[in-house]
Amino acid sequence: MITEFTPSPLFQRVERARRRKPRVRDTHITLAHGSGGKAMRELIEGLFLEYLRNPLLEKLEDQAVFDLNGLSSRMAFTTDSYVVDPIFFPGGDIGALAVNGTVNDLAMSGARPLFLSAGFIIEEGFPVEDLRRILASMRDAAREAGVEIVTGDTKVVQRGGADKIFINTSGVGVIECPVNISASRARIGDKVILSGAIGDHGTTIMIARGELELETGIASDTAPLDWLVADMLDEAVRRNATDLIHCLRDPTRGGVATTLNEIALCSEVCVQIYENRIPMREEVRGACEILGLDPLYVANEGKLIAVVSDEIAEAIVARMRANPYGREACIIGEVKAEPPGIVAMVTGFGGSRIVDMLVGEQLPRIC
Amino acid sequence: MKFIDEYRQSDLARTLAGKIAAMTSQPLKIMEVCGGHTHTIFKYGIEDLLPPNIEMIHGPGCPVCVIPMGRTDDAIALARQPGVIFTTYGDAMRVPGSKMSLLDAKAGGADVRMVYSPLDALKIAKQNPNRHVVFFALGFETTSPSTAMTILQAAKDGVENFSVFCNHITIVPTLKAMLDSPDLKLDGFVGPGHVSTVIGTRTYEFVPREYGKPLVVSGFEPLDILQSVHMIVKQIVEGRAEVENQYGRVVARDGNRRALEVLFEVFEARDYFEWRGLGSIAHSGMKLKKKYSAFDAEFKFSVPGLRVADPKACQCGEILKGVKKPWECKVFGTACTPETPIGSCMVSSEGACAAYYNFGRLSKIAERAGA
Repeated sequence: MITEFTPSPLFQRVERARRRKPRVRDTHITLAHGSGGKAMRELIEGLFLEYLRNPLLEKLEDQAVFDLNGLSSRMAFTTDSYVVDPIFFPGGDIGALAVNGTVNDLAMSGARPLFLSAGFIIEEGFPVEDLRRILASMRDAAREAGVEIVTGDTKVVQRGGADKIFINTSGVGVIECPVNISASRARIGDKVILSGAIGDHGTTIMIARGELELETGIASDTAPLDWLVADMLDEAVRRNATDLIHCLRDPTRGGVATTLNEIALCSEVCVQIYENRIPMREEVRGACEILGLDPLYVANEGKLIAVVSDEIAEAIVARMRANPYGREACIIGEVKAEPPGIVAMVTGFGGSRIVDMLVGEQLPRIC
Repeated sequence: MKFIDEYRQSDLARTLAGKIAAMTSQPLKIMEVCGGHTHTIFKYGIEDLLPPNIEMIHGPGCPVCVIPMGRTDDAIALARQPGVIFTTYGDAMRVPGSKMSLLDAKAGGADVRMVYSPLDALKIAKQNPNRHVVFFALGFETTSPSTAMTILQAAKDGVENFSVFCNHITIVPTLKAMLDSPDLKLDGFVGPGHVSTVIGTRTYEFVPREYGKPLVVSGFEPLDILQSVHMIVKQIVEGRAEVENQYGRVVARDGNRRALEVLFEVFEARDYFEWRGLGSIAHSGMKLKKKYSAFDAEFKFSVPGLRVADPKACQCGEILKGVKKPWECKVFGTACTPETPIGSCMVSSEGACAAYYNFGRLSKIAERAGA
């Protein structure tokens, strides 16, 4: 474990390189650009931002938060596309994922999600029966999250022009209490809270593809987290401490490791976590062991990470545990000063190591 | 998890580390030959537990890392042949060739697919009778028996649209080359575990006999490695040099006879095989025997077969030999990172540079800063 840290010239050299302005050097898009890791960050910061920059976009949060003239509450706005393969899997399908994913991106700003749009790109020949199944699960997911799908669009492309079905959803929500949540607000001494067991969704998709012929009882954790966030905010409001909830993120693609790295880099702090405090199902551990995956990088679709001030951490965790989607919530680490921009993990074995961002592609088309 | 957690207990680890520290304060350099061990050492932070006088040297046992650039270019040339489906283990996708990687070739239109075993590649061949499926065969005796089995299966099933681009390598000539290298001063070896399930431990007996160095065949869990280090240090302290087997739950002295038979049936040694950074090592590579040349991609297609020099800045060779540490390479972590690797040691998760960059950077740098 690092107690005192003096950065060596080498460490500084590597860190300088790590923070270099991302540039897109590739001539073609590879699958790595969609993985949620470093290559994707390069694409977003080095290309999209270059052409589309504005003050809201350049915050690079999972949603844009803005004021509307004359309204006392702020609005949150987000969008996400879903290309998961296979489209049906244990625990959910592309429809549930499309609703929950956008609901969660809104919720992570502290917003109450209100309305969603849904855009469908469907391949010629797609069975209507499958579309019915997807729509039914979108209806059910929207009902559970308390949102309405109020506008939409449909395009059909010729066979081979898309793979079965892709769905885009956008959503708006309203932020009703005075929160200030951002990946750049982690403060030294804060606690890092994880809402439950990691790796369920990614492992489920990997196994559902049937390439490995494994049989397990693992199911995707896809779920709307807006009610869980509402409970957390309510707890903070009651303690007059809404300002002490600093960061909220859902660790989807790139997993817990990538999300924590984003927080460490945006806030210029060290996030220290403890391997043996991270909840994980036995089956997921076993499957990851066989597949050679590191569960820290495996996608989740119904979990959140919160960085909150030490003084309310226990209360927030207790409140989360009373919610069905936060039953296994726990504190997995804390925020330290040094070395900034780094996620460090104390291993269950008693050593320590760096947990860096995902590089390359672990699993394409995970959501 | 049963049968896993038993090998990852931190209290046992501390006890064992304490025992190692109490045995000697003499500086010792111990090489783990196998990339799987390198990965475990960094992933679990084992170096944090070892006393400062014990230095782990990370050896050449990462099969992806030792593939020379020219062979990667050959693989890409095969992948870009019209009608070819090129199948590979995921690790090899991002290895840089002289101009591009397989991943780039894929983005450029080549049909490159990731598989978990050569049998999956054979299955793809059967499903696509109008295409030709090439499997990028890599690795030591850990993976070569499954390649051999697949070739025998393809022959038995009469599959004509399947071949193997063979880059299999063998451990013993490599160990000899390391031991003969004048710039390497090692005190003992952590021997490879999975390779030894195939070839057995008897094969290594020349190491203590001819070179007077202890070798302990080790499992891949963190406690396995700590225990192996303990066994090596114990031998040194007691003035012994022997082959010992820590991985007895899997490895037998004579190996796996059936796997060896299959290997001898299908493969023979190449006169020379080029290793990245190490140069050509006699009899260290394997090729398909003539009677299986119908399944040899190098025989079926013409590959460029050019030798390509490593980039000047890259010091993979010194790192593979353990002469240099990853952080002593000038481009480590700056020009050469896991997302833009220059050298192959930065690509595979078993490569010393990648393992060090991904997991180990913190402690070692902090320690060096204090020194």
